[in-house]
Amino acid sequence: MKIDIILCGVGGMGALSSAAIISKAALDMGWYMKQAETHGMSQRGGDVQSHLRLSDQPINSDLIPEGQCDIILSVEPMEALRYLPFLNKKTGWVITNSTPFVNIPNYPDYAAIEAEIKKIPNHILFDADAVAKEANNPKGTNMVVLGAASKYLGIDIEKLEDAVRSNFGKKGESIVNANIAALRAGRAVADK
Amino acid sequence: MDKLLFLGDEAIAQAAIDAGLSGVYAYPGTPSTEITEFIQDSKMARERGIRSEWCANEKTAMEAALGMSYAGKRAMYCCKHVGVNVAADCFVNSAITGVNGGLIYIAADDPSMHSSQNEQDSRFYANFAFIPALEPASQQEAYDMIHYGFDLSEKFKEPVMMRITTRMAHSRAGVTRKAEVRNQNERSLPQDKKQFILLPAIARKQYNALLAKQPDIIKESETAGWNKYFDGENKKLGIIACGIGYNYLMENFRDKKCPYPVVKVQQYPLPQCMIEKLYNECDEILVLEEGQPLVEQQMRGFMNNGKPIHGRLDGTLSRVGELSPNMVGKALGLEIEGGLEIPALVAPRPPKLCDGCPHVDSYTALNEAMKSFPGGRVFSDIGCYTLGALPPFEAIYSTVDMGASITMAKGASEGTLLPSVAVIGDSTFTHSGMTGLLDCCVDNANVTIIILDNEITGMTGSQKSSATGRIESICTGMGVAPEHIRVINPLKKNHEENVAIMKEEIGYKGVSVIIPRRECIVAMNKRLKAERAAKEKAAKQN
Repeated sequence: MKIDIILCGVGGMGALSSAAIISKAALDMGWYMKQAETHGMSQRGGDVQSHLRLSDQPINSDLIPEGQCDIILSVEPMEALRYLPFLNKKTGWVITNSTPFVNIPNYPDYAAIEAEIKKIPNHILFDADAVAKEANNPKGTNMVVLGAASKYLGIDIEKLEDAVRSNFGKKGESIVNANIAALRAGRAVADK
Repeated sequence: MDKLLFLGDEAIAQAAIDAGLSGVYAYPGTPSTEITEFIQDSKMARERGIRSEWCANEKTAMEAALGMSYAGKRAMYCCKHVGVNVAADCFVNSAITGVNGGLIYIAADDPSMHSSQNEQDSRFYANFAFIPALEPASQQEAYDMIHYGFDLSEKFKEPVMMRITTRMAHSRAGVTRKAEVRNQNERSLPQDKKQFILLPAIARKQYNALLAKQPDIIKESETAGWNKYFDGENKKLGIIACGIGYNYLMENFRDKKCPYPVVKVQQYPLPQCMIEKLYNECDEILVLEEGQPLVEQQMRGFMNNGKPIHGRLDGTLSRVGELSPNMVGKALGLEIEGGLEIPALVAPRPPKLCDGCPHVDSYTALNEAMKSFPGGRVFSDIGCYTLGALPPFEAIYSTVDMGASITMAKGASEGTLLPSVAVIGDSTFTHSGMTGLLDCCVDNANVTIIILDNEITGMTGSQKSSATGRIESICTGMGVAPEHIRVINPLKKNHEENVAIMKEEIGYKGVSVIIPRRECIVAMNKRLKAERAAKEKAAKQN
């Protein structure tokens, strides 16, 4: 068994937090995992990505080879497309938020982005921002996307919830609960 | 023991604590910052009284670490690759003095320059200074190697470098801790009172002693177990895989054995016998190393008249940037089935200053003020404010090394480029800007220095700045006239006033300092969140 995931988005949108939560849950389940990310300057409103590899066997490379990624998990639609060279052409899934984050002057037309995403054989495109708002956690888009993807990760949602508790515990109970609510709301979308 | 989820940086930090560390000394720098942060946040480190505050710069940090080693304790120094340059004087000379307590220098290199000005390879420094270097390929190895590294340092009485790269520093994996935690060393003094006195007569003796240790240090590389020889049936190619280069090699042979003989290199100097065996048994050699071609150059020699050596120098691998599994696969001649292409509409999304960042208001005012001085230039420095080079500001013309804004502005003004303005952050100012300011004052240079004071080391993620609360007194102490030290509040509502002050001081013929002071927006949000969480906790307890 192996699952290679790229989590991506724009600095500050929480893609790296999602990665850390899956990692924690995977480790608690006794899996091998490696999760590479970049910190520093790129986090200032630039594109951010994390390579997350899960397996029941020891993992060699911290980076996912091109063409072998199983899931691209994105909190922003254009960012989902940036990592397509890594996606497995036949079996790979793209799961992404549909709400654009426009912080550059040359952001492309959304309809064109949507058309590109729809060309990918396996994709889930949904308005995670709206789901997060409905769950009373407008900042929880990343957790909604993670919740939606949980169906394909082979990790129980309870394990992810435990990881949320462990990773956000320092920030207080209200933050933990808000994130768990967003996570569940995302899962409900995938289960529909 | 359970596996813990650690970044490479965190594995190193926990290992150092477990291996009897007494102090860590560092200045923040991506991708090394999280090592020191982990120790600062560690309850266990606090209970053990481990010293962990940030230092003013990498040179002061390394010297203090050497001092702690002098006192017989185990000390660690951490920096990003360019930080070794700042500390290079101490680095090279500490190999000649040798150490007393175990001393490890962590150098975190950033190939591909994710967050750096260059991609220099710190292994060259270790090679140049004749000290052993370790290069782990996994987070677990990083953890285990720190324990070994302290022992190695104390065995040879030399500092030991651990060289990591971005993908090791900033990648998480499960790590198992050792069951036993080692006590810290008792205080002890060097047996030879003259060991650390590098007067020429003593330095010559010490340098010869360092060179005389080399055969034993090479033997250690051969026998310590970190370097490994894996045999393979196909002797057409022999592979030297250094550090995480080994991981990328094995990724290409996931479910099968690598057919070629491989030397996995994780400890330098190179293990001579293993390398010789590989060279003698194989027709050609491929070198996989993350960073610059150190081993490849050593293998080729200047004349390059032996067996074919492949790697970054002959174009088998890219001359620049990080390695990747695919790059290594192609070098092995394997068929790589890629993924989909990036659609043409995907636009680059470069980093930018945050909404609400005080630097935005400072640059907006500066650009306005500089309109009155069309012949002038603004020199800048290393920090978030380097993003002032990009649209919409395009406000600065240089960013070279920590502190260079002030001294470059000075030199340019002396070369008749007027006005010459420097823009530097508070933490960068106390890192390496202060001495440049002293030069300006001594020469009464015609420069204006803008010290952007956001009261934090911003770009590396809100670390305490040594400058906080000290900038005005440092400037007056260096000799800046108090009436030409102007503190402003960079807010939109103060724009007109701030532009006027900038124009006034840029027009002044002499050293002037402007200090736009407002808390970093990221730091402020973090602070408010932490305060809210604390309040919530307190309310619950009542």
